[in-house]
Amino acid sequence: MSELLVLKDVVVSYGAVTALKGVSIKLNEGQIIAVLGANGAGKSTMLKSISKIVPLKEGKIFYKGKEMASLSAHDLAFQGISHVPEGRRVFPTLTVEENLNLGSYGARKRLLDEEVEETKKWIFELFPVLAERKNQLAGTLSGGEQQMLAIGRGLIAKPTLLLLDEPSLGLAPILVKEIFNAIRKIHEESGTSILLVEQNAKKALAESDYAYILETGKISIEGPASELAGDERVKAAYLGGSAVTKKE
Amino acid sequence: MSIILEQLLNGLTIGSFYALIALGYSMVYGVMKLINFAHGDLFALGSYLGYTLLVWSAGAVSQRFGLWGGMAAALLFAFFAVGCVGVLMERVAYRPVQKSGRLPLVVSALGVSIFLENLIMAVWGPRYQAYPASVVPTYTISLGWFHITSMQLFILILSFVLMLILYYVVQKTTFGAAIRATALDKEMATMLGIDVGKITLFIFFLGPALGGMAGVMNGMYYRQISFVMGWNYGLKAFTATILGGIGNIPAAMLGGLLLGLVEMFGAAYISSAWKDVFTFLILILILIFRPTGLIGEKVAEKV
Repeated sequence: MSELLVLKDVVVSYGAVTALKGVSIKLNEGQIIAVLGANGAGKSTMLKSISKIVPLKEGKIFYKGKEMASLSAHDLAFQGISHVPEGRRVFPTLTVEENLNLGSYGARKRLLDEEVEETKKWIFELFPVLAERKNQLAGTLSGGEQQMLAIGRGLIAKPTLLLLDEPSLGLAPILVKEIFNAIRKIHEESGTSILLVEQNAKKALAESDYAYILETGKISIEGPASELAGDERVKAAYLGGSAVTKKE
Repeated sequence: MSIILEQLLNGLTIGSFYALIALGYSMVYGVMKLINFAHGDLFALGSYLGYTLLVWSAGAVSQRFGLWGGMAAALLFAFFAVGCVGVLMERVAYRPVQKSGRLPLVVSALGVSIFLENLIMAVWGPRYQAYPASVVPTYTISLGWFHITSMQLFILILSFVLMLILYYVVQKTTFGAAIRATALDKEMATMLGIDVGKITLFIFFLGPALGGMAGVMNGMYYRQISFVMGWNYGLKAFTATILGGIGNIPAAMLGGLLLGLVEMFGAAYISSAWKDVFTFLILILILIFRPTGLIGEKVAEKV
């Protein structure tokens, strides 16, 4: 397995606030990697730094072994990186289908029209509700449906690497389950590598191969997901396991 | 009956000018959230550029290409020249201050407006200029009781064709969806691989270009042009934009045509001296009672 994405000592700051203080992570091709952490730990910033939405202050990011310094943010879709951002950010006054189609905009030069159509069919199988509502305005969808649309919009570009930012945020438990099932299915059926940022540690660890825990801009713990799920520190802080022992 | 029809035609004609200018306001507002106060002066600039081409060396263009050929040349020249001025304006006056927020942008736009107005005065002089009668068609088409000047017919057809093309591009193509997506969320659009810089460039070309073309049509229609005309038309078209709903392309077209009709019927049945009053009364009423415009209503975003 070759290294698909490597972050090396990445530092990002917003004015005086340093959001990432030297973060290093690694993702091999075909893996699902989870990055867990509380609100404000820098998880979204990390994904935005990969997408080049926020500039690096220090450090390097390698994608397929090459540094991405010379690329612009709008080149990444062509390079095979799809970012499904926090809060879905579907275009509310565009129809569901228009939203989906735009997902392939940056990738249209490397994809055939038939490939896009085929992928769209697959997305409609994953999320049948999108097919039912394809002519509806995206703003009229429920939160869960918008999340499905956002994921579908990321998938239609047939990405090598899918960045998922808190896909379960604000969803009812039954929808959370559905979204995580979909993530597993996407990985199984397309082999896409996934970098999953989550607050729902339990679910995220169950789906991923390896995990990092981000605390106020630094990686505090890392390891295979199954190990982390049993780690006392992780249990205490993120799985709500030993709150009582902590008190003593 | 004939006065109603006549005012309907007049209203639609002047409404087409407003609509074409309003489109520029609306598109620029969409991608930059800026009311481009210089837009009316770009319209005036188009008017003067078309005029210059047509009177250049005693109307050589019209003599060479014929009446309609000359008009087409003037329209195309204004379209491309004003489009380029629009792109230049974005580079010089808007992009450098964009990060400072919306107020500096508006101030910069007012600055461009004053600059353009005075530039026109400095180049062409403060007096009225007139499109000579020899470069525009002056005959009237009559079908029984129905009369329409060939100029009116030409303006109506050209404006509607332009609006239909624009409507199709923006609402029905993937490129148009990319434009609408950029207007809604630039960062997200970028993440999908949309080059927001290119979209902005396109908008700042096309908006002013359409305005410049409307300027030439206006000059051909009224024949008389002045360096201050941009302010008045700019305000009227701005009202049309608000009336329809800003940031929405079909709304700008509707607002422009509607405003032209209101003005002309108001002028015919109430008083022509009150023409401008109707416009600004509409602006005030719409801002108070329906600030999103007639069809500019946004779908609530569920979170």
